[in-house]
Formats: sequence, C-alpha cells, structure tokens
Amino acid sequence: MQHLKIDNLHVSIGDREILRGLNLDLPTGQVHAIMGPNGSGKSTLAKVIAGHPDYTVTSGDVLFDGESILEMEPDVRARKGIFLAFQYPSEIPGVTIANFLRAALQARLPEGEELEATEYYAKLYEKMDLLEMPRTFTSRAVNEGFSGGEKKRCEILQMAMLQPTFALLDETDSGLDIDALKIVSHGVNSLRGPATGMLVITHYQRLLNYIVPDVVHVMVNGRIVESGTKELALKLEAEGYDWANEPESEAVGA
Amino acid sequence: MEGALVEGQWPAWFAASRQRGWDDFQKLPAPAAKDEKWRFSNVKALALDGFRYPGAVGKAAALVERSTGLGESAARFVFGNNRLLSATAPAVDLVKAGLVVMTIEEAATKHADLVQKHFMAQDAKLGSAKYAALHRSGPVNGVFIRVPKDLEVPHPIEIFHWVEGAGAAVFPHTLVICERHSKATVVDCFRSADDAPAFACGVNDLVVEEGAKLNYVAVQQWGPATTAFHLNSTTVGRDAACLGMQVNLGGKFVRNENYSRMVAEGARSDMLSVNIAAGDQMIDQRTFQDHAKPNATSDLLYQNALTGKGRTVFSGVIRVEPGAHKTDAYQKVRNIVLSDEAEANSMPGLEIEADDVRCTHGATTAQVDDRELFYLLARGIRPEAAQQLLVMGFFNTVLDRLPETRLRGHIESLVEARLSAALRG
Repeated sequence: MQHLKIDNLHVSIGDREILRGLNLDLPTGQVHAIMGPNGSGKSTLAKVIAGHPDYTVTSGDVLFDGESILEMEPDVRARKGIFLAFQYPSEIPGVTIANFLRAALQARLPEGEELEATEYYAKLYEKMDLLEMPRTFTSRAVNEGFSGGEKKRCEILQMAMLQPTFALLDETDSGLDIDALKIVSHGVNSLRGPATGMLVITHYQRLLNYIVPDVVHVMVNGRIVESGTKELALKLEAEGYDWANEPESEAVGA
Repeated sequence: MEGALVEGQWPAWFAASRQRGWDDFQKLPAPAAKDEKWRFSNVKALALDGFRYPGAVGKAAALVERSTGLGESAARFVFGNNRLLSATAPAVDLVKAGLVVMTIEEAATKHADLVQKHFMAQDAKLGSAKYAALHRSGPVNGVFIRVPKDLEVPHPIEIFHWVEGAGAAVFPHTLVICERHSKATVVDCFRSADDAPAFACGVNDLVVEEGAKLNYVAVQQWGPATTAFHLNSTTVGRDAACLGMQVNLGGKFVRNENYSRMVAEGARSDMLSVNIAAGDQMIDQRTFQDHAKPNATSDLLYQNALTGKGRTVFSGVIRVEPGAHKTDAYQKVRNIVLSDEAEANSMPGLEIEADDVRCTHGATTAQVDDRELFYLLARGIRPEAAQQLLVMGFFNTVLDRLPETRLRGHIESLVEARLSAALRG
C-alpha cells in the first residue's frame, strides 16, 4: 500500500492564505471525497498537489510514500503517479488527443524506447469504448470545441490511459447531465482498485451516489473540519455547511 | 557576380530577356532602410559581394539520392547549382494526355509562346524588383509545368533545388500553368548540400485558369548561412482555386514576396505560410492580395514561431480594386515568441476601393500559453516536449489546410524536425 500524505499544509496565492494547516492521508485502494462550500480551498488543494506554479506552499508538506514532492516539477510528479483531472481542462489547438496521449505515455518510457503503436491504439480504443467515446475523438484537438461532458470524459480517458497511483478529481461532476455523470462515474469506478487512491473533490453529494467513497472529508476555510463515512455526505446534503463553519472563519484575510 | 553565365541551349528571346534583366538590375537602386517596403528588414544582409555563378555540383548522385520527399510523385526533377541533375518524367498516359513537365531551358524552345507569355509576366511589386531583374539576368533553371484542360494529375510533381559550395548563387524558377478545369499539386524543395554561405534568388509564377485547382507548396530548407529571395506570384482565374503554402525552415536572411491576383469572378486564393525563425535567422515576408474582379475570395494565414534571436517581418496588403464588389478577403498573421530576444513585426494593411466588401485582417503575437503548458506538464510530458507539442499544434492549424494527407504528413514531419532542432538550439 502506498500513501499520499498531506501534512499541516499551508498555501497562499499572493498574500492570501487559502490552505491553513490541512492534513489528509490517502492510501491506495481507497476513494476519499472532499466536500466543502465554494472558496473553501478544495481546488487549490488539488492544484498544489499537482504542482501548479501559481500557489506558494508556506509550510507543511505533501509526501508520496514518505517522500516530499514539493520540490518536484509538475511533470515529474505526474510521471511519479499523480494525476489531476482538471475542473476546467485547457483547450490545446492543433494537438490531437491521439498525439497528446502518445506524448504523455512516451514520456513514461525509458529514453530511447519507442511507444508501440498497435498496443497503444488497442488500449486507447478499449478505454474509449469504456467511456462511450466515438473513435473519431482521437483526431480531434484536445478539448477544442468539446461540450462540458466531453471534456470531463476526456479527462477520465487520460486517467485510464496513464493509470496513476493517486488521482485527484476536481469537480469532475460539474457541468454534467445525469447521463454523462453515469458514464464518467462508470469510468472512474472501473479504475478503482488496490493500486490506486482517489481524491474526489465535489461540491455536491450527487456524484457520491455513483462514486461511493470510503471516507468523506469536510473542508471549510482551508482545513479538514470533519471526516467520516459516506453518511457524512448525506448529512451535508441535508443540512448544508453552516454547522461546519468555524467561528474563527471571520479572521480569514485579516 | 562572376562565373560562367550561359550554358545549354537557350533561344534568342531568352537571351534578350536575360540582357534586359541585367540592365534593369544595374539601373535599379538597392533597397534602403528607410524604404517602406523594407521597413523592419535588414538591408545590410543584401550585400552580394563574394557570390558567383557556381560550377557544377561535386556529388550529383548523392544529392539526387538525398532528394527524397513524398515517395510517390507524378514527376520529379532535381537541380544542383542551376543544372539539371535528374529528371523523372511523368507517366506516358499523362504525357499523352498533354501534361508537360520539363526544364525551363527545354520549354523556352519547345513551348516558346507559352513560356515567353508567362515568364516573369508579373512584375515584382513588393520591394524586390532589383532582385527579380537579377533573377531574369541569371542562369535560371527549374521546371515548366503545363497541365492541360480537364486533366487531373494524380500525384504531386516534385522539384528539388540544391545549392553547393561557398559563394554559390542559384536561380530556381518554377512556372506552372493550369489550364481550364485541370488539377495539380506541385512541391518545390530548396536545400543546401552544405552549411557554406550561398545566395538563392528564386521566382515562381503560378497561373490558374478557369475552374482549375492548383496546390503549391514551397519548402525552403536552405543552409544556415544562405541569403535567399523567393518572389512568387499567382494569377487566379474564374472559379479557379490556388492554394499556395510557403514553408520557411532554413536560411539566414530570407525575403519572401507573395503576390496573388484574382483576375475573374469566383477566384479563390489561399495564401498560407509556416515559418520558424531561430538562431539569428530573419524571415521577411511581404504579401499582396489583389482583388481585380468581384465575388472573389482570398484567405491568408501566416504563422511564425520565433526562438533565439530570430526575427520575422510580415507586411501584407489586401487591395480591392474599384468595382470588385462582394470581395471576401481575410488576412491573419500569428506569431508565437519563445524567447526574450526574438522579435516579430507585423504590418497588416487594407486598400479598399469598392463598396460592399468583406475584409478582415489581424495580427497576434503571444508566448506559449501557461495554462496549456501546465496541462501538458500535469500529464507527465517534459517541458521541452510540451513546448514542441504546443508549437506543432499552433502550426497544425495551418498544415490542416493542405488537402492531401500524405503531403500534409510529409510537410509536418519536416517542420517538426526543424522545430525540434531549433528548440534545442
């Protein structure tokens, strides 16, 4: 079993502190959900783990099996096994999905070794079938002109191809209708297993009906304020986040 | 210029034309830095001292062997230092159907009327008249192509021009006449046998008659010490379509002038260009979309990637002549700048003398988009590979306009190889 451990993490953007001492331990084989109101820092957490350059870690650590990854470049982290499914995936004009994924897989091979094209396409088509994506998708430019649902499916397709150790799914349910949500969830569930840990970030309980988490964390004002079983998500759905608001939240930004 | 000027069998009219070229060359002033048509350019790069008409290439067979391109072509001609090295004529059925592919030298006698009518019939209006005159005076060689009425040439016609040796001056010439409702693709490849300083002064003239379709691609891969002029014109007839793509990958100073004239209703001209300026390369491009008649379309898309101390200049004009109503004209130049020291200059322009026209122009200059880059990095792609992927994506939006997938793939691989070297540079 491997662990992604977040240890007393403090993160700022500019001089605004967003994560304020966050702790989390995600082992492989489990799915953890993070729920919280807008602005609680959920997306920041995902982007910081992936190495987004806009954020500054002021203290604390992110440990991949005991090793700090904070000094690692984003591409190194990704090759190590961290995957971020973006809330708003970028459009990459002129770069086809096939070429993009080929480059990502090629980057994981030892120097001098070439990706085997037949196996690559066999795997790509298998994963596309899983996500009910037509074959013509491979020759489309990454995310360009995609609907919201197509973008999210494309993120899960990438995850399926890259087989990360730890996957961070940032609001993967946003912008999805119920049919798309079912397809995406089916794709995610098929990737669950003893070798993969997933962190599912969501604003709504709805997604967790389809991707049932092992642990639910409630995040408010840059911290985990409560953790529990999947029933916690139902409580949040019924009661909202007000009960979880800390009195000291008034001090944010001071 | 020194060296043996005239070899081969040229008719009298050609000798007279050559003399006229020499007279004009001497008479016309050299470009001055303050000349608007040379704004942002580097007129100091134009000193021709030390260049000469070269002798024959040393290793003709090796150059012919290196002239690999598409694999399958309707005809293939290879020139080195202005001399024909190898000619693969079109298949017999195409020749019987009337297709003519031969050297300018041969055509100057055998198709004297046609060649004389069209040979440099378009004046160089965009600043390089002096160099057009030099071309006319020089030992030009290259290919004359006549595609007869209704014939569709099944594969591209490929032409290679090589320059070899320090100080060599070459004068590649391509003249294509697509007669009514014919269809053809022509690919010109310009290459250096070595890295020695050389001078190239090329002209190509494309004439596309009623209902005909011509795709023309020029792949410029001169060596890193070469000064090159490429002066191009297209004349597009009624309901005819000409797609011209200039791919500039090599050279030290490259001046590319593209003039396209829509001479009848329904004409369409696609003017495309992909350019990489790296190291201390300068690529200076001037274009003119000349709408002489109504209801014609021109669509220009030039894209430059700059790195190192690379420089590009784009100056383009859309001109709509009086009465050319319902003109549809687009002009777009996009620069992606990959280093602090690179410099892209863009000067789009319009001259409209008709009502009821639709013309748009624009120029953008940007760096690699940080969000796009992060997206690629977050998938484990290394920074150098990510940058290359993004720039190829940028170029693909132009290359996608090529109608033939095999040709497109071939050009893409040449661009990709050059880009990879330039980014490592």
